[in-house]
Amino acid sequence: MRLDGIGVSYRFERGSYPAVERADLTVEDGEFVSIVGPTGCGKTTLLNLAAGLIAPSKGRIEVFGRALPGLNPAAGYLFQADALFPWKTAIENVAIGLEVAGETGRGARDRARAWLARVGLSAFAGRYPHMLSGGQKKRVALAQVLIRDPKILLMDEPFGPLDAQTRQIMGNLLLDLWSADKKAVLFVTHDLEEAIALSDRVVVMSAGPSARIIGDWRISLPRPRDTADVRLEPAFHEIHREIWMKLKEEVSKTYAQAEEAA
Amino acid sequence: MRRVRLIVLQLLVAAAILGLWHVLATYPFFDRYWLDPFFFSTPGDVAARVVRWFREGTIWRHLWITLVEALLAFVIGSFAGVLIGFWFARKPFIAAVFDPYVKMINSLPRVVLAPIFTLWLGLGIWSKVALGVTLVFFIVFFNVYQGVKEVSPTVLANARMLGMSERQLLRHVYWPSALSWMFSSLHTAVGFAVVGAVVGEYLGAAAGLGYLIQQAEGVFDVAGVFAGMFVLGVFVILIDTVVTLVERRLLVWRPVAAETQS
Repeated sequence: MRLDGIGVSYRFERGSYPAVERADLTVEDGEFVSIVGPTGCGKTTLLNLAAGLIAPSKGRIEVFGRALPGLNPAAGYLFQADALFPWKTAIENVAIGLEVAGETGRGARDRARAWLARVGLSAFAGRYPHMLSGGQKKRVALAQVLIRDPKILLMDEPFGPLDAQTRQIMGNLLLDLWSADKKAVLFVTHDLEEAIALSDRVVVMSAGPSARIIGDWRISLPRPRDTADVRLEPAFHEIHREIWMKLKEEVSKTYAQAEEAA
Repeated sequence: MRRVRLIVLQLLVAAAILGLWHVLATYPFFDRYWLDPFFFSTPGDVAARVVRWFREGTIWRHLWITLVEALLAFVIGSFAGVLIGFWFARKPFIAAVFDPYVKMINSLPRVVLAPIFTLWLGLGIWSKVALGVTLVFFIVFFNVYQGVKEVSPTVLANARMLGMSERQLLRHVYWPSALSWMFSSLHTAVGFAVVGAVVGEYLGAAAGLGYLIQQAEGVFDVAGVFAGMFVLGVFVILIDTVVTLVERRLLVWRPVAAETQS
């Protein structure tokens, strides 16, 4: 998947807001790429572009060598906010992707059940989303996306609202599921440690408005990784320090801008 | 235990009010009747009237007529409200065209329509049904409209990413959302259906609870008026209980504040 010379500005009734100035990004098949950057830098905008939910103001998006016509059919999207259907039970939420594709009946039900088991929620099949904890909801959402077997996985701070322990457990679960069939992953987060622990590459964006990509690091920590243990390795600290120096500049820029505006 | 205490207290309130009414209407204090039995009747007389109606069986026909009118008004009004609510919500331009007229008709006190309906539809049940429909329609219409409009954008984006077509969006997203809004107004809608029926009967009819009350009032039969009001009140509570049961069944997925066991 390639984002080529992408620029996005949002038009409002009064003027426009240049969200992303220029971004070139290629995600190879089976590659796990994280985007980190200060708040409001247009990370989510990049994901929405890749998903085809919005169109770029300039530039070109290619998926498997072809221009993206509209919605990206090869992509599964794990949203930051709650995106489960509140009127469907956990199992129905997981099965909906198959149902939409015309797969119903016993086979679909069994596959949904199998996916719930893979995310460790077999006992909660009949629960509605409001009866699940934040982490459980994310697990259902993960199964809902993965059951359709998308070639590209887009994730927008999916573990943002979770507590630190649950985040690590979810990270490991994600790596487990990902290593089974290595999809291309574009993972947005503000948590640098999480990004390094999970990814093959970490991309840093500058502060918005007119955000740009200002750094691209390859993370060569050995796999399989445990997202908690990997943080204790010296190599992890080295790369973390290196990226953090760059990121810190950008984060302080964001704060400076906010102060000026205030 | 709490439940028993609650019921006892509720009965005490009724007993206190009825007792006060009885005493003030039966015994003179300071040389005067504070509640003149001619204008206020007495609890005993009212009770005797209610018992007589049921023993002679004359009341059943009136109850049945009112029930049929309210049900028809509810069903027709809801159906039209859902249909047009959906249509307007999905076609904002049409909604904008009709907006001033919708507001105008909705702000009209519906009682003034009653004579027109009687003129058009006669003294039978249909003029009452029409009055009820104008009341129920707007409640359901506004709620369905809101329900379709207020679908969470994240849930909608998720549904689209899961590959839903326009028809599947209607079925899996818009419809359940609109229904949940409609059911949250179910009590009001059913209540207004009864109001439409009774007010319609009161203004001109040959049968029904409203007619019964109006007839009693015409001959200064205060006991009859109160008896009619009492029967109407019980009737409404019964309907409301049925609505609550239906609601609980249909909205299982909605969060309710959990209580801890003690």
